[in-house]
Amino acid sequence: MRAHEIYPNGGPRIGVYVCHCGLNIAGKVDVHEVVEFAKTLPFVVVAREYKFMCSDPGQEMIREDIREHRLNRVIVASCSPLLHEATFRRVLEQAGQNPFFFQMVNIREHVSWVTEDPREATEKAKALVAAAVRRVIFHEPLQRRRVPVKDHVLVVGGGIAGIHAALTLADAGKHVYLVEREPTIGGHMAMFDKTFPTLDCAACILTPKMSAVAAHPNITLWTYSEVIQVEGFVGNFRVRVRRKPRYVIEELCVGCLQCIDACVYKDARFPDEFNLGLGKRKPIYIPFPQATPRVVLIDPETCIWFKTGKCKRTCLEACERKAIDFEQQERIEEIEVGAIILATGFKTFDARRIPEYGYGKYPNVYTALEVERLVNAAGPTGGEVRLRDGRVPKRVGIIHCVGSRDERFNRYCSRVCCMYSLKLAHLIKERTGAEVYNFYIDMRTPGKGYEEFYDRLLQEGVHFIRGRVAEVTDWAITPEEEGKLIIRVEDTLIGVVRRIPVDMVVLAVGLEPQPDAEEVRRMFNISCSKEGFFLERHPKLAPVSTFTDGIFLAGACQGPKDIPDSVAQAGAAAAEALALIDKGYVELEPNTAYIVEELCSGCKTCISLCPYNAISFDEVRAIAVINEALCKGCGTCVAACPSGAARQHLFEDAQIFQEIEGVLAYV
Amino acid sequence: MSKPKVAFYWCASCGGCEEAVVDLAEEILQVVEAVEIAFWPVALDFKREDVERLADGELAAAFINGAIRTSEQAEMAHLLRSKAQVLIAFGSCSHMGGVPGLANLFDREEILRYVYEEAPSVVNPQRVRPEERIEVDEGMLTLPAFWEGVQTLDQTVEVDYYLPGCPPPVGLIRSALQALLTGNLPPKGSVLAPDVALCAECPRKPTKPERLALKELKRPHQVLIDPETCLLAQGLLCLGPATRSGCGAACIAGNMPCTGCLGPTSRVLDGGAKALSALASLLDATEEAEIERILAGIPDPVGLFYRYSLPASLLHRRVGNGERLREGRSS
Repeated sequence: MRAHEIYPNGGPRIGVYVCHCGLNIAGKVDVHEVVEFAKTLPFVVVAREYKFMCSDPGQEMIREDIREHRLNRVIVASCSPLLHEATFRRVLEQAGQNPFFFQMVNIREHVSWVTEDPREATEKAKALVAAAVRRVIFHEPLQRRRVPVKDHVLVVGGGIAGIHAALTLADAGKHVYLVEREPTIGGHMAMFDKTFPTLDCAACILTPKMSAVAAHPNITLWTYSEVIQVEGFVGNFRVRVRRKPRYVIEELCVGCLQCIDACVYKDARFPDEFNLGLGKRKPIYIPFPQATPRVVLIDPETCIWFKTGKCKRTCLEACERKAIDFEQQERIEEIEVGAIILATGFKTFDARRIPEYGYGKYPNVYTALEVERLVNAAGPTGGEVRLRDGRVPKRVGIIHCVGSRDERFNRYCSRVCCMYSLKLAHLIKERTGAEVYNFYIDMRTPGKGYEEFYDRLLQEGVHFIRGRVAEVTDWAITPEEEGKLIIRVEDTLIGVVRRIPVDMVVLAVGLEPQPDAEEVRRMFNISCSKEGFFLERHPKLAPVSTFTDGIFLAGACQGPKDIPDSVAQAGAAAAEALALIDKGYVELEPNTAYIVEELCSGCKTCISLCPYNAISFDEVRAIAVINEALCKGCGTCVAACPSGAARQHLFEDAQIFQEIEGVLAYV
Repeated sequence: MSKPKVAFYWCASCGGCEEAVVDLAEEILQVVEAVEIAFWPVALDFKREDVERLADGELAAAFINGAIRTSEQAEMAHLLRSKAQVLIAFGSCSHMGGVPGLANLFDREEILRYVYEEAPSVVNPQRVRPEERIEVDEGMLTLPAFWEGVQTLDQTVEVDYYLPGCPPPVGLIRSALQALLTGNLPPKGSVLAPDVALCAECPRKPTKPERLALKELKRPHQVLIDPETCLLAQGLLCLGPATRSGCGAACIAGNMPCTGCLGPTSRVLDGGAKALSALASLLDATEEAEIERILAGIPDPVGLFYRYSLPASLLHRRVGNGERLREGRSS
């Protein structure tokens, strides 16, 4: 197809603009030569250079030329299209042209920054301009499409990040579905006694927010529930949520807890998940006193009725409101939302993976999270730090970087362990008067008031030994080590190997992605970084966005972070979601794939390849159909379609071949 | 009024295309009724001079099947081109090079050496090879030149239409003749077959799953093939998704996978590469070793993906590495 066949009205009139980008480009590429070369190319009516094409005068130059020279195609040779493609498309639009009659040539990142020889760089720039000229001739006018946006938001995960995001959105008048897997919201923060560095009582600052969630008219709270399916696209997600049976009717239960007292088990005898097994609970229970919603649940694994079918079911009688329902089934709820915030949190590193630290082998080796429960006034020991045998420890060792900054497990720093170790050191010393030793590699205390907190601990007489602990052992070699755990470590500040006998070892375990992060990632169609945390769209400029439009991240599911950072990120994610749904519509880029219906054989090859689940099979017409709103224009289906029926706007075969030939013809 | 004259000719081919014409059965009588056969050496006694005597453009149409490998084939193609108003590449070999085109995996010397010296059935101690010219008592004897490689018809002369298939399906021949006789022809250069892939007319299409993930590739002789289910779903390499329809899925009706004889659709630049990339996307493997294991199910990739189209493809022919290839074959 020849260009004049498509444009009988005189054909394409192309303007080529080559940017100096200060010296970024002009320092390497002979811009003037590129311009003179461009003038010799077919259909090029005007070619110019300018110091900064993206500046206002640069843009105005193009607008003026479009009017004066009746340009109907524009090429700008400058930086990456990621930076300024939108800018220049807008220039075309302002001058009354369809914005897609534009082609950007990247002669900065692709040429001047990466080519040593100025001659070669200039030749490369010319070849790329020649390619763009041939390509842009075959461009077609395209329209952006607008799709309305549902103004409800789904927040997945009811830790502090999810809670904060949900409340922010709800306060802004948006309806929020908050889905939490556990029977209560609160997440890890609900397990802590104090927060660093201010030593605020965690419950005192968290529980008001939990109650606010439960009471908020704009929040639908579904605990003990999991998202099982996500379909649709930005602004129009269809989500299915499984609500597991708690065998207690949520709407009827008022949390009087009389059923728990009435349970045929007189004593609590089953390991209590919320206290990490350090305490006990009954088969009918509430995770902790401020659990939200304050609704009991029955664990069918331990309840005699579920296990044997024989029980007096005294709980039934005890409940005046008839809230207990042994027949309750799981329910599937289906909702439609415009945006989704993932705040699914983290799990702590499994200390058993480092056998030399003795977790699971020596009863007096604890993880930091367990100690959080021990120092918590609402915890299994009422806030007293006691060993499993009831003794109060006199010497305590806290080992930092367990599972973090370690080639064998996770190379990254978990960011919170130094600070929570300081906090626990302070609390243990305060409660027991014990000598507390911190074994650290580097102390990392960047944050408001963090370094000051570290100073305070130094003054309080907590010991700091610099070195990675080699092992924790009960093998005593001196009488004073008898009956103790000995921490062997090279003290790198004094250059000797030391043996520190202690009564209690606390392992400052790092933060890891949730074990099901990969499944969640797949369900929501987002990416994970190599350590398995959810991947943000840009580490600096889009830290709470994902590569899937309309899905945002908050809290530690994106990477280890402390409470202030989680809350800040949750606020940012809420703002992003709000910006999206408040606008009321999304505009879709038209560089999408499409299937020419009469050419599709219905072979289905493309369907499973689409990374965005944008292609479905129309059973009636027996062909594949692309949902343009879901398509991101990756081109996978276009490349794979074995009969060439799948095509893509802005990446038509003619355009690509012309571009390739343009480069080759010049070379 | 005299009837329009047509010619049929064969080059590097097997004779199956001629069979396909005869497969018109009683309809061939209508053809003979409508046209005058001016040249058809396979069926009737004609000589080259009969064609040479025709005026330029005197033939309404010439159908040439077979690929072009010898100087004689090229000469005849040029001769018929000058005499015919419409030249039709008939069948896979003239369309895309066909099975004889697979000879492009070897060069001329390798072929002659193997055929006249190394083949197990050959006894030729003097290593005599055919010569293009040889002086005997009676005078000079000549043979056509055997070229370095195989060409398609349109790499030799300008072609107006293509009737694809190995051999072309009778239905396509019928409608092509109809179009010719009525003058109701598509744009020059068209392939006279539907431009949609075979799955569109495959009776097994509803049984193909939306998400196919193959852990193993099978060949027809290795398995008992279910006669109802999509062959790809059974792990058999069916090229239907990458091949034009128009044959009525004849091979699939015979419980055999499509081998791609009708060639790719008009939008596809290289049918073999397209089929390969589509197939690769169906494999369910992430580990290198797993991929290797699955691909071992394709012992002859060129023979599979370019069975009918090597000379017409971007690859066109193998260059160099002749020695290595021979070693591979003997081992």
